[in-house]
Amino acid sequence: MMLGAVLLLLIGAALAPLVHRAAHHVTGWLLALLPASIVVWGVILLVAPGAYPAAISEEIQPLEPQISHLQSQIQAQTQSETQPDAVEEATTQAAMPVGEAIVVLEEVQKFQPIRESYEWIPSLGVNLTFLLDGLSLVFMLLICGIGVFILIYAGKYLHDDQRLGRFFCYLMLFMGSMLGLVLADNLYLLFVFWEMTSISSFLLIGWDHHRAEARKSALTALLVTGGGGLMMMAGLVLLQITSGQIDISAIDREVVHNSKLYLPILLLIFAGAATKSAQFPFHFWLPGAMAAPTPVSAYLHSATMVKAGIYLMARLSPALGDTNLWYYMVTGFGAVTMVLGAVIAVTQKDLKRILAYSTVSVLGALMMLLGIGTEAAISAAVVYLVAHSLYKGALFMGAGTLDHETSTRDITQLRGLAKLMPISAVVAVLAAASNAGMIPLFGFISKELFYEAVYHAPMFPWVLLGMAFIASLMLVVVGFMVAYRPYFGGQAMAPQMPYEAPLAMWLGAAVLALLSLILGVFPVLYGSDLGSAAASAVLGEPVSLKLAIWHGLTPILGLSVLTLLLGTGLFFLLHRWQHGLYELSTKFEAIGPQKIYDLGFNGLMHFAHMQTSVVQNGYLRNYVLVIVATMIALVAQPMLQMFPYLRNIDAGTLTMSDIVVGAVILGGALAANRIRSRLAIVAILGSIGICVMIIYVFYGAMDLALTQIMVESLTTVLLVLVIYHLPRFVPSSSTGILIRDGIVSLIFGGVMTMLVLMSDTIHPDTAMREFFVDNSYTLGHGRNIVNVILVDFRAMDTLGEITVLSVAGIGVYALLKIRVKKEK
Amino acid sequence: MSSLIFRAATPILMLLLIVFSIYALFRGHHEPGGGFIGGLLIAAAFTLHALAHDVPTTRRLLGVDPHVLLGAGLLTAAAAGLIGVFTDGVFLKGVWGEVTLPGLGDVSLGTPLMFDLGVYSVVMGMVLMIIFTAAENEE
Repeated sequence: MMLGAVLLLLIGAALAPLVHRAAHHVTGWLLALLPASIVVWGVILLVAPGAYPAAISEEIQPLEPQISHLQSQIQAQTQSETQPDAVEEATTQAAMPVGEAIVVLEEVQKFQPIRESYEWIPSLGVNLTFLLDGLSLVFMLLICGIGVFILIYAGKYLHDDQRLGRFFCYLMLFMGSMLGLVLADNLYLLFVFWEMTSISSFLLIGWDHHRAEARKSALTALLVTGGGGLMMMAGLVLLQITSGQIDISAIDREVVHNSKLYLPILLLIFAGAATKSAQFPFHFWLPGAMAAPTPVSAYLHSATMVKAGIYLMARLSPALGDTNLWYYMVTGFGAVTMVLGAVIAVTQKDLKRILAYSTVSVLGALMMLLGIGTEAAISAAVVYLVAHSLYKGALFMGAGTLDHETSTRDITQLRGLAKLMPISAVVAVLAAASNAGMIPLFGFISKELFYEAVYHAPMFPWVLLGMAFIASLMLVVVGFMVAYRPYFGGQAMAPQMPYEAPLAMWLGAAVLALLSLILGVFPVLYGSDLGSAAASAVLGEPVSLKLAIWHGLTPILGLSVLTLLLGTGLFFLLHRWQHGLYELSTKFEAIGPQKIYDLGFNGLMHFAHMQTSVVQNGYLRNYVLVIVATMIALVAQPMLQMFPYLRNIDAGTLTMSDIVVGAVILGGALAANRIRSRLAIVAILGSIGICVMIIYVFYGAMDLALTQIMVESLTTVLLVLVIYHLPRFVPSSSTGILIRDGIVSLIFGGVMTMLVLMSDTIHPDTAMREFFVDNSYTLGHGRNIVNVILVDFRAMDTLGEITVLSVAGIGVYALLKIRVKKEK
Repeated sequence: MSSLIFRAATPILMLLLIVFSIYALFRGHHEPGGGFIGGLLIAAAFTLHALAHDVPTTRRLLGVDPHVLLGAGLLTAAAAGLIGVFTDGVFLKGVWGEVTLPGLGDVSLGTPLMFDLGVYSVVMGMVLMIIFTAAENEE
């Protein structure tokens, strides 16, 4: 079923261009049916857990770590005390807590995780194993739910783009990969989907590939997330080696925690998560990724893909979390990112960049909560996660609509548009209020939980609370910047006066903003089942979320109100200094991580140019010299060691015919060096080749002889054709170079001769030869052993050779064609 | 090239080369020959024609683009390998069968022959592709 859901989206991706060709304007609506059906499935699972028998049959799945742990205990006991009684005793002991835990789980949550597995590469243990637990379900609903509206939105946003079909293809590809990522239970399957999201993100950011900025941003995002992905893979491999488990749900935390490899595992996996989720100092790719069309920013770079790192840390926190290192590192990086992102956000002028930096801030906050790792923090994280996706998706779509209608995203150029775009204005206000944490929106509840969790953090609560307060203040300012400035504040002003956006462009934002409101008023809708299931999955033990909009007069409520008031004041204060702030932040950017990345990247390109111009200098004679010299160096050294054996060489008896042919070859070689006409040289070389063929005939190698003569004639023809283009031969080499080439040639000839002579003294194992002789006819149905080897015994090699031959041929063809074009 | 003797001799030589090429391909399993040599021989035949006349004429005579021969050859060789996957589950496993052909009697045919046919086509395609292109550069 889960594999089906992922495949549904991926097949949708493949068919998207075709659908678009047929459906034109309604493609977005049609394609939206695919994720919509998955959302429906997810909701059915949630409200009617018995609807799928799989849910019941696999309900003990979340306890698998425990079971496998107990199993290993049993095994250990079996090995130590081999009496059967002890094993039985251990089994009964093991069974009891498992049974009890199932009862507890059933009481706490209705939703039961589902698990399924299909064989993919069984020999490596890499299987298509999926696990749908609370955390995955939250993500699945976000990905597919927001995906529905993004598809509809994109259909309108890019309606005049010729390549819209391809855009849908990329978007669906991303959707499928992201869904696979959050459903995968197998470590390597997760990695495959992880990389697929990086690649589809690259394609989407670089959508406007005629703009250099888009290309550069796409490459930056790919290199940063891809580099992190590679580190993560190393971490996943270590994790698998350490825990001995390939499925995440089966990893035993004790084994991982007590391992010496815990530190590298955590560092590597965190590197992957931090790059993907734009944590400081890797945050810079995310604002750059705003070069993507807005539907992409709204979807990938606020609601889904950038949360993949958060997802990974949440998913692995039962296995890796709850250590001091985890706490310091994840909380520390998260907190710094949170403050930094929020502060930079208020200095920006471009709507999308403001939103991008505020996303960085929220990602940092989520990371910090995961780092804190208490029950309160995890509960806050799973709520904040959803609240943020809802309001940020809506804000991004709103920003895109503004850009689409007014052709600018600069907030200093927009004012008072509420009358012209009433629906968009209402939506923006709702979403921005949720963003700022205003009552009664879902953002308020998440902010309360957030403060609460930070306040009760086990270490440095005051430092963290201070940082959280600063970040929240800034987010209030951001809320005003994106909802107040463009829509209110006096007479309407815009470079191009807008109209209200069409239905397809405000529908998504409106639904998301309304959801923020509904969940704010009735938080139980999320908290009781879904939120609890998600928090339980992250914590690894059953939790029940009790969400309410009113907690009574607590200090946290006071802090929330203070944040709102101070934030509002701060906005009107900063409002006037927008230009100054912007210039200041641009100055700081010049020394930030982006600069370091640029320096590194340019350095790499420079180095590549330099080494290419040295190694690939374009002079054929240099290449030949290097190849020959390398060959001499590699072959001569071991050959010198074998020198004593040269005595064994049996030169055999030379016949008269051998001597004659040999003399012709030698004479030809000498003549080729003296003659100035290229055509004559080619003819002489051809005759040498024919002499070699005659030698083959003397010694009975008919296959070789035939091949030799064909190759010789065809090369001669080819050389003649090529020589036609060359200017008259003029000896231009200096005496020094001639001497050098002569010496190299003589040594090379000598080495080759010795090699041939020595090959006769070495007698390899005759087993292969005997096998071929014995079985050529019985197994290979052929008496020509050489041919049977080529097409049957070693056919794989031949297949490789003809493939290489074809590639080389195409290369030659391409080179020749370039010449033709130049001449034209 | 305008030599009348050369032109007049070309059809005869070509015919001989082609016949010998096919002969070499089929007898290759028992006697010297095989797909590689056969492919070179037939490429030589068409090269001869191209030298006697010009490349466009030879291309017309050949009827197929050398690229196509190249790709078709690779596909044939790979397909020959796949037959073994379906019958024995092993890629490139030789599969043989007895076939009665009119005039030839019982002949044993196998996937290695098909594989060799692929090699033949690849070699022919590659050589002709390069020689034709080089010769067209000249014109």
